[in-house]
Amino acid sequence: MSADQSLKGRKIIIHDMSLRDGMHAKREQMSIEQMITIATALDEAGVPLIQVTHGAGMGGNSLQHGFAPHSNEEYITAVASRMKQAVVSVLLIPGLGTMKELKSAYDCGARSVHVATHCTEADTSPQHIAFARKLGMDTTGFLMMAHLNTPEGLAQQGKLMESYGAQTVYITDSAGYMLPADVKARVAALRAVLKPETEIGFHGHHNMGMGIANSIAAIEEGASRIDASVAGLGAGAGNTPLEVFAAVCERMGIVTGCDLFKLMDMAEDIIVPLMDHMVRVDRSSLTLGFAGVYSTFLLHAKRAAERFGVPSRDILVELGRKKMIGGQEDMIVDTAMTMAKERGLLKDAAA
Amino acid sequence: MKKIRCALIGSGNIGTDLIYKIQRSPFLEPVWMVGIDPESEGLARARDMGLKTTAAGVDGLLPHVLEDNIQIAFDATSAYVHAENSRKLNELGVMMIDLTPAAIGPLCVPPVNLKAHAEKVEMNVNMISCAGQATIPIVFAVSRIQAVGYGEIVASLASKSIGPGTRANLDEFTYTTSNAIEVVGGARKGKALAIINPAEPPMMMRNTISCLTDDEPEQAKITESVLEMIKEVQKYVPGYRLVNGPLFDGKRVTVFMEVAGLGDYLPKYAGNLDIMTAAATRTAEMFAQEIIAGTIQLKSPEVAS
Repeated sequence: MSADQSLKGRKIIIHDMSLRDGMHAKREQMSIEQMITIATALDEAGVPLIQVTHGAGMGGNSLQHGFAPHSNEEYITAVASRMKQAVVSVLLIPGLGTMKELKSAYDCGARSVHVATHCTEADTSPQHIAFARKLGMDTTGFLMMAHLNTPEGLAQQGKLMESYGAQTVYITDSAGYMLPADVKARVAALRAVLKPETEIGFHGHHNMGMGIANSIAAIEEGASRIDASVAGLGAGAGNTPLEVFAAVCERMGIVTGCDLFKLMDMAEDIIVPLMDHMVRVDRSSLTLGFAGVYSTFLLHAKRAAERFGVPSRDILVELGRKKMIGGQEDMIVDTAMTMAKERGLLKDAAA
Repeated sequence: MKKIRCALIGSGNIGTDLIYKIQRSPFLEPVWMVGIDPESEGLARARDMGLKTTAAGVDGLLPHVLEDNIQIAFDATSAYVHAENSRKLNELGVMMIDLTPAAIGPLCVPPVNLKAHAEKVEMNVNMISCAGQATIPIVFAVSRIQAVGYGEIVASLASKSIGPGTRANLDEFTYTTSNAIEVVGGARKGKALAIINPAEPPMMMRNTISCLTDDEPEQAKITESVLEMIKEVQKYVPGYRLVNGPLFDGKRVTVFMEVAGLGDYLPKYAGNLDIMTAAATRTAEMFAQEIIAGTIQLKSPEVAS
């Protein structure tokens, strides 16, 4: 039996990331009007879940992650009040965001949450996952940089999140590093240990051009939720491009409930015109995928490269070597400064 | 020379590391270790190191406080039980050093405000959090030069150095540290971020401190103040080291630090735990020196009714 036959009629839930991961691609500078325009078009196209926050989620407004022009509450309220069918979700990374902020997002209309930890640190999320369930939110445990844990190790982490109350566990390829076989092994390992009613999701980045292939591989092994964003608007080379993924699903008979032509139109007419740079696989984003570096580091590394005269590819490779993970954006400038000193481009303040 | 006799409550990593630091102190002597599990490795180690132990919690210590002349206690348990522990020991005239996020007493960062606390004879001082101890001296070093509207710190911690208590209660860490950046560091608004990194070999504790000054930063003065402060912290944490900065970006001042531990009980990468135990020991020493010199007197125990 070939793959397309086996997937015919399979229903999956698409979760749009344009207004959260896409914030990274916009250096967190999206306006309320842009958010409303994009969310309304997604709602019209039948996308069931739309994530809306600062790129780093709850508590993301910071020097570390950049300040957006508006608070998460303002964005969520503006979008949630206008949705006809779509549910608004948020991102919460413990250590950055708190339960107070989650409650506030809920009060503004958010009803679903990705509670995210690094792929080995699920036990930093019990209070947040339990609290989201208590609020009655659709609750996902989101294991970031999933390529840095083995399939079995990742399955144990997913099991922990399930035990805290997560209804869905995501494999998150934050670095766009994984190949389809890596994705399949991880989905299968999770499927083997999670309860049958616990869903599995996949969040891809397109740094190696594998966003769609990886998402399909995940579905083949039993994943039922896929994160994607229109025209790929997201960190690094972007997320799995939603309209392309929807087209592939349609050809394979996978049921997404989304209107393909409306998604194609909004990619061309709304998303691409507002991109600050073309979100695509280029030298730097390919370096992220190849070296296994957190996609959000891309624009930070480019800025540090300009300032300290060390090429961004060198900085990214060094960050990968030092095993820096999501949230350590401060270490990009630090690493660039250390490299600049070694290359005689910068003097030591303490010297 | 007379030493002030101490009790340690909580026989985990922090409590055990404290034994080493207190044993080295010219002013302090570790006498009791309090746990709740008779089988715990921490209690066994404390016995081997010559301490009296009880597995009956703080109630197991209370009958011995007066006869053993315990004057200072370190609490490394949890925020939930600290208030009760503190009340019971304060009643017996024992001064508490709180290493939990309970923060019922004033917040203490030794090079910033320890002397003021000792002069006031506070009976309970709180050590905030590891990230607080590692970053607030730098925030203060900037804010003593010019007004800081916003202070933000990012603490990167080795996964192996973070115990189950902190993991299950990350929000408390965030709230306690953010508040202390304001109250002790002198920033009008504070924000704390924590990242737990599982890299092998484990990474050293790293801290990035950013301050937004109201006016253009006086670069030379701030740099001098930061370097001076680092020397102060190095007196009790020799592995406290400037890696990069101060970096000036408009009104933003950024300092990149690393903290290596002494490697007593905890490995060197666990600079985060080490800076807590070292700061707590430094705090106790300051009180002990004043008690020994007779310049302060702890409140004598109330007569039991």
